This record gives sequence, C-alpha cells and structure tokens, in this order.
Amino acid sequence: MNEIVAKKELAPKIKFIEFVNDNIARKTKPGQFVVVQMGTKGERFPITVSGTNPNKGTVRLVFNEVGRSSQKLGALSKGEVIDNIAGPLGNPTEIKKFGTVLCFGGGVMSGPISYEVTAFKEAGNRVIAAIGARNKDLLILKTELKALSDDFYISTDDGSEGHKGLDFLRTIFEKEKVDRVIAMSVATVTLRTISELTKAHGIKTIVSLAPIMLDGTGMCGVCRVSVGGETKFTCSDGPEFDGHLVDWDLLESRKRIYSHEERLSALFDEDQRKGFSSSMCRR
Amino acid sequence: MAEKLKLNRVPMDKQAPEIRRRNPNEVASGYTYEQSTEEAKRCIQCKKPGCVPNCPVNIDIPGFIEAMAEGDLPRAAKILYATNSLPAICGRVCPQETQCEQTCALGKKGDPVAIGRLERFMADWARENQEESGIGKVSLPKATGKSVAVIGSGPAGLTCAADLAKAGHKVVMYEALHLPGGVTYYGIPEFRLPKNIVQAEVDYLVNVLGVELQLNQVIGRGATVDELLSNGYDALFLGIGAGAPMFLNIPGENLNMVYSANEFLVRLNLMKAYLFPEYDTPVKIGKKVAVVGAGNVAMDAARWAVRLGAEEVYIVYRRTEAEMPARMEERENAKEEGVIFKLLTLPTAIIPDDQSSVKAMQCVEMELGEPDDSGRRRPIVKPGSDFILDVDMVIPALGTRPNPIIAKTTPDLETTRYGTVVADEITGKTKKDKVWAGGDIVTGAATVISAMGAARRAANDMDAWLRN
Repeated sequence: MNEIVAKKELAPKIKFIEFVNDNIARKTKPGQFVVVQMGTKGERFPITVSGTNPNKGTVRLVFNEVGRSSQKLGALSKGEVIDNIAGPLGNPTEIKKFGTVLCFGGGVMSGPISYEVTAFKEAGNRVIAAIGARNKDLLILKTELKALSDDFYISTDDGSEGHKGLDFLRTIFEKEKVDRVIAMSVATVTLRTISELTKAHGIKTIVSLAPIMLDGTGMCGVCRVSVGGETKFTCSDGPEFDGHLVDWDLLESRKRIYSHEERLSALFDEDQRKGFSSSMCRR
Repeated sequence: MAEKLKLNRVPMDKQAPEIRRRNPNEVASGYTYEQSTEEAKRCIQCKKPGCVPNCPVNIDIPGFIEAMAEGDLPRAAKILYATNSLPAICGRVCPQETQCEQTCALGKKGDPVAIGRLERFMADWARENQEESGIGKVSLPKATGKSVAVIGSGPAGLTCAADLAKAGHKVVMYEALHLPGGVTYYGIPEFRLPKNIVQAEVDYLVNVLGVELQLNQVIGRGATVDELLSNGYDALFLGIGAGAPMFLNIPGENLNMVYSANEFLVRLNLMKAYLFPEYDTPVKIGKKVAVVGAGNVAMDAARWAVRLGAEEVYIVYRRTEAEMPARMEERENAKEEGVIFKLLTLPTAIIPDDQSSVKAMQCVEMELGEPDDSGRRRPIVKPGSDFILDVDMVIPALGTRPNPIIAKTTPDLETTRYGTVVADEITGKTKKDKVWAGGDIVTGAATVISAMGAARRAANDMDAWLRN
C-alpha cells in the first residue's frame, strides 16, 4: 500500500505522483484531500487529490515542494512507499448539471482542477477551464486540460504566456452566461480576486480553501475560517465554501502565522547540510 | 491485625518544580522496588475490599498488592494484567482519589494505600522484565472464527480490542491518525504519560494478543461502518472518543495566537513541536498565556505553556477552585510550577493587535449564586466588573464533543443532540445491529478509566453475543 507507481516533474518544484491505495482510490471524489505524513519527524500536511483510478486502485497527486515535508515526499522515487497517508478527507465538490461551469486552477491546483473538469463534463456541463501561474515556466497540465474542456484559457501574472492577470475572466463573463465557478488555488489572493469578479456578475462561486491544517479530521480547529459570519473548520466543513461569503482578511492572516518558523526550518536544514550542530533548539 | 497500622503512604519522588518547569520529562519518577514493597505492606487485605467495586474495570487490587507485599512480582503482574490491559497508563492517569483509593479502609484514619503508584510500579516492572513477569506469554484460547472491527485506538478501543482478542476473536483496530493511542498519545502530555509507555501498551496488544492495527483509517470518510460490516465483520465497536474542540464563541476567537487546547496539545504531544526545528511541526508560545477552563486538559495545556518558556500562565475559570473538574494532583502540580489561577473570571472578548494576533483579553468578574443542574453553584456576572487581562496567547480548553463524521455516514446510528451515540449503559449496545459503543463517544468527554470500564462491559456483551 502507498507505493508510488508513477512520478513526473511537471515544472520546477511541482511534482506529480501516482500511488497505490485501494481505499482512497475507491472513495475519493473531486474536491477531497488527503493528509500526508513522512518519517517520524514530519508534519501532517494536506494535498487535494488530482484524480483516481478506482480499477487500478491508484490515486494521483500534484504538489508543490514548498516545505520540508513536501520535499521529502517529492524525493521519493517510483517503487518507494509514502509513510502515512489518510483520506479521503473533507467534503466532495457538489457536481451536477449547472449549465456552463468555469473551473479555475491556480499553479499546482491545476492538478485537482483537472479532476473537477472531468467530473463536470461527465455531469453534462459545458466546461470552461482556465489555469494561471506566476510565469510560463510554472504552467502545468496545459495539454490535458485543453483536451478535457470545451474552452481553455491560460493566464500568467507576468504575461509571459496567455492572458496577463485575471482580467480575462471579466471578458468571459461579459461574453457568455456562466452558471457556476469553481476556483482552486493555494494563493488566497487569487481566490479572493476571482470571487470579487464573479460577485459583480452574480455567479455562484465555490472556492477550495487551503489554510494551515494539522490533523485534517476536525480535531484541532487550526483551519477555522469565517464564512458568512460563522466559524467553520475547513477540514471537516469544507474545504469548499461560497467565495462570496469568505472572510478573506482572516484567512490571509491565519495563513501567515508560522512564516517565521518556516524560515527557521529552512535555516536549520541549511545548517544541517553544512554540518553545523543544531544551534536553534528551543533550550 | 498484630502490626500497627501505617497511616502515612510512602512518598513518591518527583522532579522539583523549578527543574520540571524546564523539561518535558515525566514529573513523578515512580516507586522503587523497596518503596513499592513497603507501600504494598500497608494494605490490610480487607475481607470486603472497598477498592475493587470502585474500580471501573474491577481489578483484583488486594490480590496484586498482596503478591507485591510478599515479593512475588510475577504473580502480582499476572493478577493485574488479568483484568487490565493498560496498567501503565491507568497507574499514571486514573483519578484514583475518587475511585479505588477513595474507598480504601485506611483512608478513614490516614492515607489510603497508594494503589495507583503500586499499579504503575507493577506495570513498569512487568514491561521491563518480560521474561520474568511472563506478560509476554499469554496463552490465547482457540480462535472462535469470529472477527470484530474496533474503531479508535484510544483507551476504549484498546480495552475492547484486548478483551476480545483474549476471548479468541480476530480483532482489527482502526485508527484515524498516524500514531495509535488516541487521547493517551495526542492529548495527555509526555510529562504525565511518556509516549514510549503508550507505544508499549499498544505493542502488547499487537505483538502478544494478536490485534491487527490499521493506522490512517478515517472510518466514515474512507470505509463506512456499514461497509465494514458487510465486508465480513461479525461485530463492531465504536470507541472514537470526543475529539472536536469547543470554543468560547466570543469576539476575537479566530485571531492568531488563539489555539484550541486540542491544537496546542496535538502539536506538542503527537507532533513533538517542543523539539522544533528538529521535528517539522512548529508551535508558538506567548509571553503571557491564558488557558480558559479548569479540567485536566486545561492543566495540561497550562503546564506545557510553562515548559515552553511562557513568563506568566493563567488558568482562567468562571467558578472557584472547589468546582474545578481537574484532579487535585494536577492542580497542585500546576500551581507548584507557577501557573496562576484566575478564578471567578469569564472572558468576554479577545482584543486584537495590528497583526491580527492577541493583544489582551477582556473579562468580567463572577460570583457564585444558587446551585445549578450540575449541583455546582452557578456563576453570575458581577455588573460593571469588566477588566482587561494582559495576555498575548489564549488557549480555550472548554471540553470537546464527538466528531460527527461517523454519525453522519451511518444513517441508522442513533445519536443525542450533543452528538453522542446512544448506547445501553450496561452493555454498550447501540440501536444498530452488530454495533456497540463506549467511552467519550457515548458519555461525552470523561476519563480514561471510565472509557475503559465501558469498553470492558461492551466487550463482555459482544463476546457473549458472538458465541451465541
């Protein structure tokens, strides 16, 4: 179980893996996530699932190598085993025939958005897929998403490929009637911008939130967000919420709480690589 | 009774407060062999012992203590393990003062026998001397051919799994996290219950009793209860505890530096954040920390805060010390370590700084009125008593409620409006065919030993039913 059967680097520091886990493959639906934990000292961290193959019993993940734990996961080769992986967690996306659905995947979340696009197509929708990244080198799954969708858009923050920024969405909404938007991105500002855009057009918008998580099962509450004035746990009540009701300022500030510690971790690892003894332990 | 009664118990060595304030190691060091023998000899071997019926799992307390007094440790270990599969845990965290020790005959004139300390010594000895104690060689009965799924590997799950395995059934225990033990792992701190002890108790179930442990299994999200039953289990036990934290529902509770006690403890106990950055999971600590609540969990959080280097740590509680649910021993330990009890105080808002973190906590003073439903005097707000408590971290420790995942995905499982599962008080049988439940999932947050007692009774009923 949890053996990696396929692995690819999709872009610098963005990895794709497919691993065997019958239970997760059988039960996961678009929008759900798994929690991964590596080694005795690793963190628990969530990854939204990018697809499954229930017949082969395999699960696909696309993830950024941003911290120590995701780097450990990214370092595994085909044939190696992920230490701990729990899932599926969170609630599935509401998939049904809405008419025209626009699915936006920012950066690494182009992976899970391909899972959504497939499901919304199967449910009989016209699906517009759009992906975004900081620059053209970080765009992933272009060919796949183009093939899966009815219409396909590319955007980059710096304009190095496709549309520059997210304004192209406004043009789409002005041109045709979109019944629902699904937006996935680890960058809160992207989700916020899209939600503000769609609000002006009165389009129901579902956003997949990525706050800090710990257990991922509803036990700790670190992932609490405010939606429509009510506190919700992203892991057990979400991870998807109505983007027009999310308190974005709160989410952004809660995501920053450990930025100092993240730097400490990186410094510590650098020291270790250089062979210094640990000088930063708490006492 | 030729000998004169020894009225004072043998004291147990503890790390001095100024030392233990700065390390995560176990506070009490446990009896030595000599101390344990001396204490065991204090037991007067009552004909009708008061201790046994007051133990939720009815350990033959005079039996194992008599063997200890005679120096026959293997016999003592055998008696202890016959009725308790987790003695090293119970000896450390049971509230003996309100159970076995409360009804000890010696308690009428002096100190009751230190049953918990003796249990702890015996369990530790038996584990460290497996050959001599014989606990590693249990002869299991012939397999019955029946199989049972136990959901949760906390105190209830472990007890139920052990009892059913000893009865000859095939037991598979499912745990949602990546480490087993439930609250004994993620909830109770290292300084009260070292994690290698929890691991050893679980290893005993797996290696000696043949229980199969499956980690990372969130039943309800992955396989459901109904799927497990239709996949061939003859019976199923729900010991999933009460894992979802409650908050105060006051303004400012979603600020950074407001941690649920569960989050704070999971980071420290399960993920070992006190060893960051060697371990990957971080935790923050304030200079002045308010823990809101006064149960054992609140004491655990406050005492961790002390160990992480907070300058001032408060227990903020709306009643007085007399009404506190925490064990006396934990309250004393906390006070010795410098935790300040801020009593008759109710938080009304958490005030933000310009970084969306905690600047202070607004509170009101309370006074006690007439007794309420719980028999405790009801706290009432003193009008005009608002004040600001200068803190930069707040930890609500207000108790937990059941995680709703299993209830939501098991349509015919009857639950109460508190989310607990309805089960027979004696047998633990739920209204759903083939399903039993016990521990916090039935009672709401309670103690390790009460969960074990409920699991023991459920295991008995399940065993009888499986044999029919």
